[in-house]
Amino acid sequence: MALDAVFREHWGRVLARLVGLLGDIELAEEAAAEAFAIAAERWPLDGEPTNPIGWLVATARNRAVDQIRRQQVLAAKTKLLGRELELTPEAAMHDPATAVIPDERLELIFTCCHPALAIDAQVALTLRTLGGLSTEEIALAYLVPFDTMSKRLTRAKHKIRDAGIPFAVPPDHQLPDRLAGVLAVVYLIFNEGWGGRRIDLAAEAIQLGRALADLMPDDGEVLALLALMLLHDARRHARVRDGQVVPLDDQDRSLWNERQIAEGREFLEAAMTREHAGPYVVQAAIAELHLHQPRDWPQIATLYEALGRQTGSPIVEMNRAIAIAEIEGPEAGLAILDRLELDHYRYFHSTYADLLRRAGRHSDARRAYRRALDLANTDPERRFLRDRLAELNACE
Amino acid sequence: MQYALLAYGRTDSLRDASAPIDDAIAAVLARPYVTGWARLHADESATTLRSSAGKTLLTDGPFIDSKEYLAGVIVVEADDLDGALAVAQELQDARSGGAIEVRPVIEGLFRGA
Repeated sequence: MALDAVFREHWGRVLARLVGLLGDIELAEEAAAEAFAIAAERWPLDGEPTNPIGWLVATARNRAVDQIRRQQVLAAKTKLLGRELELTPEAAMHDPATAVIPDERLELIFTCCHPALAIDAQVALTLRTLGGLSTEEIALAYLVPFDTMSKRLTRAKHKIRDAGIPFAVPPDHQLPDRLAGVLAVVYLIFNEGWGGRRIDLAAEAIQLGRALADLMPDDGEVLALLALMLLHDARRHARVRDGQVVPLDDQDRSLWNERQIAEGREFLEAAMTREHAGPYVVQAAIAELHLHQPRDWPQIATLYEALGRQTGSPIVEMNRAIAIAEIEGPEAGLAILDRLELDHYRYFHSTYADLLRRAGRHSDARRAYRRALDLANTDPERRFLRDRLAELNACE
Repeated sequence: MQYALLAYGRTDSLRDASAPIDDAIAAVLARPYVTGWARLHADESATTLRSSAGKTLLTDGPFIDSKEYLAGVIVVEADDLDGALAVAQELQDARSGGAIEVRPVIEGLFRGA
């Protein structure tokens, strides 16, 4: 494996352990970066150590201790002072070749996704700490200037330190709420990845989903989110053709990633056997149904109804309208859409336009397509909408 | 760590300074981890002092004029932010509306009342 890939794989584990040891994310990050830089010099010459995580943690910790001894001022600001004893070489320096490094990524992700942090800070911090993306990469992915992203990350790390946001897995009574927050961050990152940005955020989100599934294998929602992302992502190469979005029914199925679909189905099946079955289980089940030809619209409509009850989301209701339109005709779908307030949502207008077109209400459909075009934010979407609009104009 | 819980109320809500503290709130204030607290008069009783070009300027009213006013300050000892938020939740459950801002304390001295 290339060194870069090895580093990306170990970054989260190493950083999490260092935060656990040092009690400060900023300090841990600096130490980890130093250890990885030393590894980049030495490993190609000496070979990769038998226990790379143990090696990296030991090296980073020693660096951090050195630095604190040099700058005693820093020690007062971190919790390290009180932990000096457990950090003495004899006590903590197990043989790095055999030391078992506890996996503290779960503690770290709950810290990064703490509801006391703004959602964009949660997203950036999770990508930086667990995903190992650089500040530059995250800035690029979210199309914000480097300085803005750098400040956002620094501010979040300082808030964690100053406000005392815990580095811990929440107690049982808080766990469902807090876990829902973590999953929402991962899914947000995944959905951003659909835009076709330069940084593959969908792949990052799937990696995070895999890590969570490893760490919490008994939680149905965790497994279902991973299943949902795998099933959606499996169609990524079929979703755009000649720079234009392709609707599911017109997609070239030979471009679907069958291996990933099989994996998604396995995680979905596992999720359905767990006790905690919430909205992600339903969403993954719907995503799975959409892969069948012909589609089982009554079953899909039933699941959207169940999901709507769980989430109260008008977007879910919009999707149910699509299924109802397939079963009872476009007018039945339009009747549902007319009750929704989703004027700001771009897919609402393209959905509305499509049903109007199928109902033969062409001038209304044109108006809706134009509104969807105003709101579209990627070129493949725009091209698709312009083509539909041109087809309608040709009908006249 | 120490945290200051800044309890805000709405200025349009009734505030009777002579009314005793609600039992549920008093129970929380009596807990050992509460190291200090102050209940404040409504913001029309406030006087704001500021300096401008070497001169002291007094104004009648609160520094920040808003629909919410600072009704009380409670200082608590907690392990971490989640601990402080749990106390804030307890207080909030005993109040009728308003909001509580939780701020970590850098340092301070709280003598017994």
